[in-house]
Amino acid sequence: MYKYNDFDEAFVRSRVEQFRNQVNRRIAGELTEEEFRPLRLMNGLYLQLHAYMLRVAIPYGTLNSRQMNQLAIIAEKFDKGYGHFTTRQNIQYNWPKLQDVPEILSALADVEMHALQTSGNTIRNVTADHFAGAAADEVEDPRPTAELLRQWSTDHPEFQFLPRKFKIAVSAGAADRAVVKAHDIGIQVVRNDAGETGYRVIVGGGLGRTPMIGKTIVEFLPKADLLPYVEAVVSVWNLLGRRDNKYKARIKITVHENGLDEIKRLVDERFALIRPTFSGVDQAMLRDIETHFAAPAYKNAPLDAFDDRLNSDPVFRSWVDTNVAAHKVDSYGILTISIKKHGETPGDATADQMRLMADLAEQYGHDELRISHEQNVIIPHVHKSDLPAIYDALKPAGLATANIGLISDIIACPGMDYCALATARSIPIAQEIAVRFDELKLEHEVGPLKIKISGCINACGHHHVGHIGILGLDRAGVENYQITLGGDGTEDAVVGDRTGPGFAAEDITDAIERIVRAYLDLRLNAEETFLQAYRRLGMDPFKAALYETEAKAHAAE
Amino acid sequence: MSRRFTPKVVTANHLLDGDAIWLTADNQWTRTMSEAEYIDDADRANERLAFAASQADITVGAYLADAKLGENGPEPTHFRETFRTRGPSNYAHGKQVEL
Repeated sequence: MYKYNDFDEAFVRSRVEQFRNQVNRRIAGELTEEEFRPLRLMNGLYLQLHAYMLRVAIPYGTLNSRQMNQLAIIAEKFDKGYGHFTTRQNIQYNWPKLQDVPEILSALADVEMHALQTSGNTIRNVTADHFAGAAADEVEDPRPTAELLRQWSTDHPEFQFLPRKFKIAVSAGAADRAVVKAHDIGIQVVRNDAGETGYRVIVGGGLGRTPMIGKTIVEFLPKADLLPYVEAVVSVWNLLGRRDNKYKARIKITVHENGLDEIKRLVDERFALIRPTFSGVDQAMLRDIETHFAAPAYKNAPLDAFDDRLNSDPVFRSWVDTNVAAHKVDSYGILTISIKKHGETPGDATADQMRLMADLAEQYGHDELRISHEQNVIIPHVHKSDLPAIYDALKPAGLATANIGLISDIIACPGMDYCALATARSIPIAQEIAVRFDELKLEHEVGPLKIKISGCINACGHHHVGHIGILGLDRAGVENYQITLGGDGTEDAVVGDRTGPGFAAEDITDAIERIVRAYLDLRLNAEETFLQAYRRLGMDPFKAALYETEAKAHAAE
Repeated sequence: MSRRFTPKVVTANHLLDGDAIWLTADNQWTRTMSEAEYIDDADRANERLAFAASQADITVGAYLADAKLGENGPEPTHFRETFRTRGPSNYAHGKQVEL
């Protein structure tokens, strides 16, 4: 993985000291909150409902055991012993004190981490496929591209005061695991007919108030053109994007209002102007970055013990079947550790859990960990012979839940339990749904089903692309939950359809159960997933199950 | 005739730890909403909000929140404000265990 050079190190350290000074001046009364707010946001520090929240960048979700251990130490020393992994592959601390934040940032710098550009109207943490470097279906590891973009966008002088935040994701597989079509810029590493590697560039995707699926602006961009091209896109939007209305400021609206053709014309014009100013230094840097992402030294070991355990222990087998994905090396697996035990907060891990995952990655996983946008932790390179030992270590720590991709593997934003912008809570709804389907013992029978919950229209919980999406709103002073069906965040990305009127908090889990039971009744066979059944049947039968049963229940009262 | 005024409290977050705080009648900041000054007059509300906003070394983001008078003092009328008096629902953290 990427190792800081002297420049990175000095830059991050200097920003810590700069912020330390700013915090001191704020506490001493030399800076007003109006002056301080943009400064703290540049360093990832929000003020939420009950406390400050620090959002720490985990670039493209990759970290090593030393970094994970440091996150655990920070959780214990400066927070309440846990952290929350987010849909941008970051970690958030919910309870830091203002005067401690410079120390936290300094502790992060000790392990080559920071909280820069995790907030504010800048280019945010670049995300990538959490299976990068391990997936069998990828053209190449997308992370060197993501790291190049991280370096380019960090402190980019032209892009510190954009019309709004700007999010970039990179994926390189046939399957899109990075939701690239819901990003301001989505980048897919592709190979053209001549066998050259390049990029498909997608612009104008985004969720939030006005969800849009991104549009391809260029089918094949030569690798060497990446930075000038992305810079051209961002700078066209920087000038054109609406600063009069924050709800219309994102590039998806700019593309929508001006049309893709016009945006493409402007981008091409800008690109022609700035392309000659890129001398090739960026490509030299990319080649250096690539050396940091060399594949690990895979080992050979007998698989007999693994096979025996698989055949003798059905609980272990279920966990392997559900949580271990195919690796490009046959004898290896990609292990997703669920941090969504039924009834727990999606994405939360205690300091002890973080340390255990770090230790396992160090001992068995070539010292690599990933955070997925689906709020789980991944050890991407695990030899199958080590899976029994890993499972036995995870189980007592509450980390062996076999639910990846199933109904209880729910994305949930922090919602109104923490977030100052939220209009309703998300976490308790996720907890209740997960517990319900665990009690019903239905989740493995239901199969692949992604529920995603947002506690406000900003859609941090990606509800629009959930197979079942739940959006929490404030309806006349009461929490109310709207349902969408049929959303999809993959390469076939589509925004879900609203079912109709929302449900009160105490009714939403029953409502979800009615939808799921309708699916079980309607599916052709156990192989037809929820999403496939929805695409075949459309909204009507699900809507009928959702509302008519409810009407009957009310009539019977 | 002016519209009927909904009673208010002045609330903010504390500069250092971000905790929810309320302004009392004697110009102090309390972490317990029921100790806040219950304001049933629009002019008084604006005056108190201006005072709160002037205390930049203690407060961040002061605003007026709707309130009703309960047995022990002001109480929230909206669920968001209720959550601010106790903390998150997924862990016993914040005011629900600290006060």
